[in-house]
Amino acid sequence: MSGIYMDNNATTKVDPAVVEVMLPFFTEQFGNPSSMHSFGDKVGRAMKQARQQVQTLLGAEHDSEIIFTSCGTESDSTAILSALRAQPDRKEIITTVVEHPAVLTLCDYLEKDGYTVHRLAVDSKGRLDLDAYRQLLCDKVAVVSVMWANNESGTIFPVEQMAEMAHAAGVMFHTDAVQVVGKVPIDLKRTRIDMLSLSGHKLHAPKGIGVLYLRRGTRFRPLLRGGHQERGRRAGTENAASIVALGKAAELALRHMDYENTFVKAMRDRLEAGILAAVPNAFVTGDVVNRLPNTASIAFEYIEGEAILLLLNKVGIAASSGSACTSGSLEPSHVMRAMGIPYTAAHGTVRFSLSRYNTMEEVERVIAEVPPIIAQLRKLSPYWGEDGPVADPEKAFAPTYA
Amino acid sequence: MWEYSEKVKEHFFSPRNAGMVEGANAVGEVGSISCGDALRLTLKVDPESETILDAGFETFGCGSAIASSSALTEIVKGMTVDQALEVSNQDIADFLEGLPPEKMHCSVMGREALQAAVANYRGEQWSDDHEEGALICKCFAIDAVMIEETVRANNLKTVEDVTNYTKAGGGCTSCHEGIEEILAVVLAEQGETFESAPVAAGMTNLQRIRRIETVIESIRPQLQADHGDVELVDVDGNTIYVNMTGACSGCQMASMTLSGIQQRLMEDLGEFIKVVPAGQMAQIAKAGA
Repeated sequence: MSGIYMDNNATTKVDPAVVEVMLPFFTEQFGNPSSMHSFGDKVGRAMKQARQQVQTLLGAEHDSEIIFTSCGTESDSTAILSALRAQPDRKEIITTVVEHPAVLTLCDYLEKDGYTVHRLAVDSKGRLDLDAYRQLLCDKVAVVSVMWANNESGTIFPVEQMAEMAHAAGVMFHTDAVQVVGKVPIDLKRTRIDMLSLSGHKLHAPKGIGVLYLRRGTRFRPLLRGGHQERGRRAGTENAASIVALGKAAELALRHMDYENTFVKAMRDRLEAGILAAVPNAFVTGDVVNRLPNTASIAFEYIEGEAILLLLNKVGIAASSGSACTSGSLEPSHVMRAMGIPYTAAHGTVRFSLSRYNTMEEVERVIAEVPPIIAQLRKLSPYWGEDGPVADPEKAFAPTYA
Repeated sequence: MWEYSEKVKEHFFSPRNAGMVEGANAVGEVGSISCGDALRLTLKVDPESETILDAGFETFGCGSAIASSSALTEIVKGMTVDQALEVSNQDIADFLEGLPPEKMHCSVMGREALQAAVANYRGEQWSDDHEEGALICKCFAIDAVMIEETVRANNLKTVEDVTNYTKAGGGCTSCHEGIEEILAVVLAEQGETFESAPVAAGMTNLQRIRRIETVIESIRPQLQADHGDVELVDVDGNTIYVNMTGACSGCQMASMTLSGIQQRLMEDLGEFIKVVPAGQMAQIAKAGA
């Protein structure tokens, strides 16, 4: 039995065509692109092509707006810290409560250094209140950093509109787009987005390569200073093999964009419908009508996510969960809590995230495997009776030290 | 992914004694839904012998919570109530061939459920005596609340103090930033500010040389016992020149003795020190010139 991988928001399989183009850069094409000799020259040319491939996927106006970094987190840190250093009189940051830790943890740290961080709340469907956002925009704000789509629920934020609003108020706008790039069409030249982060391994490129898009003319202060690589905006010898790989992955993502939004979406919809039809007391989290085509986040009430994942793993199905236990923290996912999902459901959220490598057969197998697993765990749950939740579950079982 | 032992996996995949025991006369309900763990333990106790005839569990929780609950019921069946109260969370973890540090609280929950069930059987009220915080030290499974309380109770000031009192931070040391943050918060409550401990700084040259002398004096008796000796000749920055005399002079073990002295000096002064035989002084001076 082969495994079924439905955890593509965590990371993706490197496309075989991507592996093929990157391999020569470990062996015969090992030169340093900064060198004067032909060993370096060929690598430089290949990187130039990769930059253009990423430019095309993002719809950027210039290829010099693409800065290669080591990962999405580096891109996020570079963008936010640059905005603060370039505008030392502005001491405020606007972000959201549901950002990835790459942004949230940095903002927590900056808060200790005296910056003011405004974290926009979300409603029960994970949506932002744009009026609340508008009121925060002023000349004290150095940067707005809002994710394009949420990694857990898949909910898409109106970042193009938010970037317009920031621009009108004279505030820089950054978006963490690691979950969107390659899944949803993007045309940056038609937006007011100043900075955008992406991560290679979310779109079938290897781990360890990322991009910061930096709109021409945006004031910038590098995170890493040193050599002249990336026009002095990101020093350090380039990860040439992975840059070439990301270029190829970007080209392939563009080619599969329609497939992602039709076939992958159809598989996701079938998976969700199939599971919800067979499992009672389960619901989809996030903004169902406005989310990534590949993501299904389902809350199974009265059981815990890690236990679900262990049983799924036993039958060869890989997914992920927003439960506290999978992360080692005590609280369930900050995203689920921000949407006001009760603890009894937040701990039981499971995220299935698909890719172009999944098949409808796999989807049907998951639909068949999930219901008995949920039933098995509910049998152990103090909140569950014979064939449904006990009457008034929160009162029927109210443990000491809750 | 967690590194669960085979025993944990086995008890998770095929839990023993799941469900409520019929005719139970002891019920313990503990846990914290916000943490994602909650357990109802039901026991059937023979009122004559006070022996636990049957045990059952219902658990809302992760793999190790379910395995810990299952293990607990297996452990206590057949015990008397008094014997069962002796079961510690470590016993539950040992029964499962260990739990990851982040998951030790699952075994704590098991022990608490047991205490709560026994209290219920005896008609007593059970109350939890500890609060759980975010895990700070993963090497020794010490949480934030534990560190905070220990810092307050003992008026601790440095990360080293915290390690001495709680073990937290004594392993891989990667949680020292977290410990410093707790110290800063607790000390601020008391109107103090946290400062990272300076090591043997602020000494005058004379004080430093006297300290070096003291260390060397403390080593001499051991060497004299073997009919050897050592004397301090000069101190030049981080280089300390000594003369090995008596049996130490020409001894094959001299270099080991020197490195032992060097280690003691480094520990005491908290700085890098090189101990060199005084015979090399001229050589080094020439090379330097």
